[in-house]
Amino acid sequence: MRGIRHLLLSSISAATAVFMFGGISAANDRITMTIITKDPDNHFWTSMVEGAQKAAKDLDVQITVAAGRDQSDADGQIQAIEFAIQRGDKAILIANNGPAVNGAIKKARDAGLLVYALDTPTDPTNLVDATFASDNFQAGVLIGKWAAASLAGKPAKIALLDLFADKVVSVDYQRDQGFLKGMGIDIKDPKKNGDEDKTGSYSGGKYEIVCNQATNGAEDGGRTAMENCLSLNPDINVVYSANETSGVGAVQALKAAGIKNALVVSIDGSCRGVKTVADGDFGAVSQQYPSAMGKFGVEAAVNQIRNKVAPKPTAGIDFTNTGITLVTDKPASGIESIDAKKGTELCW
Amino acid sequence: MPRRARNSAGNEPAAKQTVAMSAPETETMTAAEAYRRRALTPMQRIQRVLHRYPQISPFLVLIVTAAVFSFINPRFLQPSNLSLILQQVAVIGALAIGQTLIILTAGIDLSVGAVMILATMVMGSLAGYHGVPGWLALLVGLGVGASAGFLNGLLVARMKLPPFIVTLGTLNVFTAISLIMSGGRSIPGDALGDLLTFTNVSFPVGPFQMTIGALLVIVTYLVVGGALSQTPWGRHVYAVGDDPAAARLAGIEVRRLLISVYTIAGVIFGLSAWVLIGRVGAATPNSAVDANLDSITAVVIGGTSLFGGRGGLIGSFIGAITVGVFRNGLALARVDVLYQTLAIGLLIIAAVSLDQWIRKVRVRK
Amino acid sequence: MTEGVDKGVPVLSARGIVKTYGPVVALDGVDLDLFRGEVLAVIGDNGAGKSTLIKCLTGAEIPDVGELRVDGQKVDFRRPQDAQNAGIETVYQTLSLSPALDIASNLFLGRERVRSDFLGRWLRVMDKRGMRKEAETKVSALGIRTIQDINQVVETLSGGQRQAVAVARAVAFGSKVVVLDEPTAALGVRESAQVLDIVRQLRERGLGVILISHNMPHVFEIADRIHIQRLGRRAGIIKPQTHTMPEAVAIMTGAMALDEPSSGAIVPTGANNEAGRN
Repeated sequence: MRGIRHLLLSSISAATAVFMFGGISAANDRITMTIITKDPDNHFWTSMVEGAQKAAKDLDVQITVAAGRDQSDADGQIQAIEFAIQRGDKAILIANNGPAVNGAIKKARDAGLLVYALDTPTDPTNLVDATFASDNFQAGVLIGKWAAASLAGKPAKIALLDLFADKVVSVDYQRDQGFLKGMGIDIKDPKKNGDEDKTGSYSGGKYEIVCNQATNGAEDGGRTAMENCLSLNPDINVVYSANETSGVGAVQALKAAGIKNALVVSIDGSCRGVKTVADGDFGAVSQQYPSAMGKFGVEAAVNQIRNKVAPKPTAGIDFTNTGITLVTDKPASGIESIDAKKGTELCW
Repeated sequence: MPRRARNSAGNEPAAKQTVAMSAPETETMTAAEAYRRRALTPMQRIQRVLHRYPQISPFLVLIVTAAVFSFINPRFLQPSNLSLILQQVAVIGALAIGQTLIILTAGIDLSVGAVMILATMVMGSLAGYHGVPGWLALLVGLGVGASAGFLNGLLVARMKLPPFIVTLGTLNVFTAISLIMSGGRSIPGDALGDLLTFTNVSFPVGPFQMTIGALLVIVTYLVVGGALSQTPWGRHVYAVGDDPAAARLAGIEVRRLLISVYTIAGVIFGLSAWVLIGRVGAATPNSAVDANLDSITAVVIGGTSLFGGRGGLIGSFIGAITVGVFRNGLALARVDVLYQTLAIGLLIIAAVSLDQWIRKVRVRK
Repeated sequence: MTEGVDKGVPVLSARGIVKTYGPVVALDGVDLDLFRGEVLAVIGDNGAGKSTLIKCLTGAEIPDVGELRVDGQKVDFRRPQDAQNAGIETVYQTLSLSPALDIASNLFLGRERVRSDFLGRWLRVMDKRGMRKEAETKVSALGIRTIQDINQVVETLSGGQRQAVAVARAVAFGSKVVVLDEPTAALGVRESAQVLDIVRQLRERGLGVILISHNMPHVFEIADRIHIQRLGRRAGIIKPQTHTMPEAVAIMTGAMALDEPSSGAIVPTGANNEAGRN
């Protein structure tokens, strides 16, 4: 008897989980689509998803959310694409984790689905019907230029806090190489971090790259990486961090070491990041608009499905640029920027 | 006079008390014997059958799950979807073969995914960067798998280190080697040539689409399954897992058998790498992050005991498909990915509970 | 009971066996002789080295020093299979049965029969049906009738039935020597009698049987000679006809010693001794 109870309990709980959190998807003529982001918990992606979900609600469209397990999980994204096809979705919005998903994207388009790329263009870019992105390289260039200008000719001792050491991810090298380019340093291979000359000249004087450390994009990783760099050279005065979360960790390490006037720059434009600018801990950040990407993507997809109108790319490039703005309270001459107060209105 | 007295010859009288191989006599029974020979209730009959054929229970779980999901979303049963499930579980299914062999010997292999990735990157680098012909790269990849397995087996069998610890160590070693070799970069499928991506080619089987990779996995199941159930080697695998001291005393070379098991598993992991390359369309060092745990999940749901000596490949095959069915069904029902993970956890607990309940049966006289 | 013993070359003989485990000396120079058609009982207190001696004789352990001969020929057993190949079968105290496998599988464990056709020759496919039939025959030939189903898994058998299977295995394959380590320890009266019957059968077939037992009545009922093990050495060999159980126990515990180990005369060794009876 105990055994039967066991059995029933387990099956009921499993079934309940399914029924409670699922939904009986009967055949209906509501438009359904799927948004696939790079990983499930980074704030950048969750705000993109929020933007998309809000637009979907406004347009009476059902949107399913999926993501890779982390920024290099192409497997999971391939599976998500396959499920979207099986479910009978009309469109897929995807921030791809690498060219491994190309085959699946092609399958989806062959099956008649619309596929848009969000944030990260596919390679080749015409694999998809449209792309909504902001240029991560350009984001890096902006903070690089700002840093070079703010140094005012002083020799730069640079710490580069990248995202990953064990995987190669486009946003990682685009932001890092963009920053160095903005500083006027020869970046050699633009798809490779860490291959630059360790010393040389930047646009305003001499530079020395002290370290390339990986943070995994996390706050504790940022702190550890910064501490490692400081043990190599305690006179670091420029810190690039690939995202704001790791940058915040780096700031803690700098404060603990008593360093007050290093220039810390980052990219994302989250509300936390903008606040860190307002507090004076970040010198400048490049602000991106993931929520807008989500929103525009959904709106354009619906427009194309309902009204057969294809989205038009921004003039001069083959994608729709959702914009990057430099946010700083210490503007540098010749570089357009907004202050932290304005940044807070736009943050996510 | 006690009923069980001997007669004068020192032998016992003919079969009254003992339950002999011929039909028992029923006229003069004690109360206890009458209790023992009572008719089995239907539930106990079911338990008995399940005890003899342990694969039935994971199979039932699979059927019930599939039925529930097809009710939720009729698209579930479409041939294209069923074909998709098979493709999606092919890699984990292949890994589960090797993992089953190892778990049957009361061992466990945490480096399963790492070996597969190592083989993937070696094959990929040879074919993609060094222009080695596909078939040779594939053979080298299988050899890499075999060597990695051999190393694990050597450490377990000769150094007598617990498999958990050995494979925890080699997991890190193999992962590091893969990353150092690849620098974290993937090698796209076009650079790899046709043979390495051959496992992605699909062909129709009636209304279903089957990939070469899935077919390869099924064939491997049949071959290894046949060896396990029909050859002395297979029987020794069970004996060693069940009671290694008894196996040794019976004359089985336990060390040699363990090394052979880990090495063969390694070759199978190399084969999985081939299937993986076809599925992902590239040689990537970061794929299949959860492969280690997923392979163990498939084996456990399939009813193979982690203590060794019991279970089999059929169960693992069913287990792998069950996990795939679950994920697929939940995705079709538009359930959030996070809840999918929760559901799989519940599934494991349910499957193992059912299995335990069955094992509580003692075959009654 | 002792007619028909071939007093020629011993079927199994050991000289000077020494076995140490680190600082522990388990066997300190033990000699043993076993002849065809005889039952040699080995008795001794706990820690006297009986099980270790058996393991050294059957390849389960490798002695540090010492010489083993089978039918006069020097042998060197490196592992259990060597002893099995030499015709020596053993039922260890722990039975060495695989609980999850069925009776037939256990019987043939380590020496599975392969089919005689193409499948067997090329693919090493086992002849399961043949083994099952043979197992049924062998088990019932021993008069063991309590086992209903040869497909039963060993862990579902009672202690006595498992013992029966282990004994059946040794009997089935033993061609020269069968060694039984405490075969009646877990058995009831009726089953023990069955085992002793089997031992008699083996003796009649001309094999040598070594029987380790704590059960003095059984030992005195069935043994031709009794090897007494004490503190890692052979304290002596006695015969049931010429000595009594209390004397055997006294020698085992050291209260008495044999004057000359082979002559059988007993002398008391110290304070707590019982008077010997001649």
